[in-house]
Amino acid sequence: MSFDIVEFLKSLVSLNVAEYLKTVVGDQAWVNFVSDVIGVVIISTFCLLIVIFLIWLERKVIARMQDRIGPNRVGGRYGLLQTVADVIKLLIKEDITPAGADKLAYWLAPFLTVIAALLIWAVMPFAPGVIGVDLDIGVFYVLAISSASVVALLLAGWGSNNKYALLGAFRAVAQLVSYEVPMILSLLVPILLARSMSTVDIVEAQTVPFIFVVPLAAVIFMISALAETGRTPFDLLEAESEIVSGFHVEYGGMKFGMFFLAEFISTLFMSGFFTTMFLGGYRLFGLENLVIGDGWAIGRLLGLIIFFVKMFAVYFLFIWIRATWPRVRVDQILNFNWKFLVPLSLVLILAIAVLDKVIPADAGIYARSSILLLANLLIAMFAIEIMRTVARRKRKESSGDAAMTIDESEHNDVHDAHDSHHEVAAAH
Amino acid sequence: MSQEWQFIAIFIVLAPIFPAAPVILNHLLGPRKPNPIKQQTYECGIETVGDSWVQFKVQYYIYALVFVIFDIEAVFLFPIAAAFDQLTLFAIVEIVIFVVLLSMGLAYAWGRGALEWI
Repeated sequence: MSFDIVEFLKSLVSLNVAEYLKTVVGDQAWVNFVSDVIGVVIISTFCLLIVIFLIWLERKVIARMQDRIGPNRVGGRYGLLQTVADVIKLLIKEDITPAGADKLAYWLAPFLTVIAALLIWAVMPFAPGVIGVDLDIGVFYVLAISSASVVALLLAGWGSNNKYALLGAFRAVAQLVSYEVPMILSLLVPILLARSMSTVDIVEAQTVPFIFVVPLAAVIFMISALAETGRTPFDLLEAESEIVSGFHVEYGGMKFGMFFLAEFISTLFMSGFFTTMFLGGYRLFGLENLVIGDGWAIGRLLGLIIFFVKMFAVYFLFIWIRATWPRVRVDQILNFNWKFLVPLSLVLILAIAVLDKVIPADAGIYARSSILLLANLLIAMFAIEIMRTVARRKRKESSGDAAMTIDESEHNDVHDAHDSHHEVAAAH
Repeated sequence: MSQEWQFIAIFIVLAPIFPAAPVILNHLLGPRKPNPIKQQTYECGIETVGDSWVQFKVQYYIYALVFVIFDIEAVFLFPIAAAFDQLTLFAIVEIVIFVVLLSMGLAYAWGRGALEWI
């Protein structure tokens, strides 16, 4: 087939240029190779460039939430070139390697975090048909690569030859590794509902977005994503006021910039992943399949825009949470995970599995969704009630003496501590 | 099927270029004035005391251990979730028993105080 300008424009609008060029040139091995290379370059460049916008956005939004303006000097009234100035500043800083640092570990760590953060973008469905590669095991691949970034953290802490970096790295790894469990378990829920691990299949299965079907899984995933990317309220890994930047205290210049870059890329990826898994990705009532005229598949472009709007809405939620909530202590973080999130997500996945099998297959999609939604809400209410009871009991135990009246405390002076606890519990 | 993984292979080969470029640029553009004071490791402004590679708390090891158990459990749960249509209710009951058994391991660790941060 020869090159036809109208067909090419149609393929441009439908974001399908690679397919069209394949029909022109022929489906040979080197064509696939070149299109893959171009896809890789596009994804990576997009990630790196969007971070410049994201840093500016974060600073502006947090500033507005704190009743101030944010960057407004560099690059016009809105400080648009502020991040560029920051990048240039990082580029011309001196590259100091601390004495006695383990050279290989020290140099490898920032690269590894960024590489892991970039690799996971290969399975993100931007629009119908616009995806790096539609792996059969998309979600599994994401979880596997995210675990690789944990190793990079340990390399950074170890290679810095610094006690505090090492301790910071241990705590960071403990947190990251702990929150992988509820993340995996909560991601199993959309996989189960869509019967597939492929991200495209999960988007296609969301006639009703999964956040309306399994909101509890969405909340658990959101909390785990906050912890996995090291955002507030779980940002003990990099808290300047707590552990002097933790594992990246010995890094300066662009190597430090790489850790920052990796964090922003991961956060954006988690926002995109959340929209893919729970908000329906690029879908909006069939708008993404819109084809006008004779083959102008404008729906794909619309799908891309829809996806970006949703992704940035979730990213705004991440920023909002950072601006509003205080930091959580490390033992509170780990307790919350192992004693609340993991049992909750185990109960959730079991309940969804049993319910999905028990509901007859010919019940309509809305009936199925409502039953699952009801089950989710019941489990959530139950869990919150348990948590409140435990917290109430702990509060009574710890401040029981101070909360008692004069008569009670006189009465208790006669009995021993064991009996007083009994009375307090019975009165409650 | 190897068409899909070709993309990932290309990605793995090309991805290191993107963080390497700024770091190498930084290495070339930055001043180079090494100084023994500058290269000392940071310890709140004082001289470092003792060995840097300190012994780590055993609690980290326990968290990693519990994580490994649940990770393996999750690896078993992935094919179950993906092939859910072909499972009978009996199979689901088996899976529930499997997860409950592993949760009892978590409950045991919890009861014995293995999940406390000390």
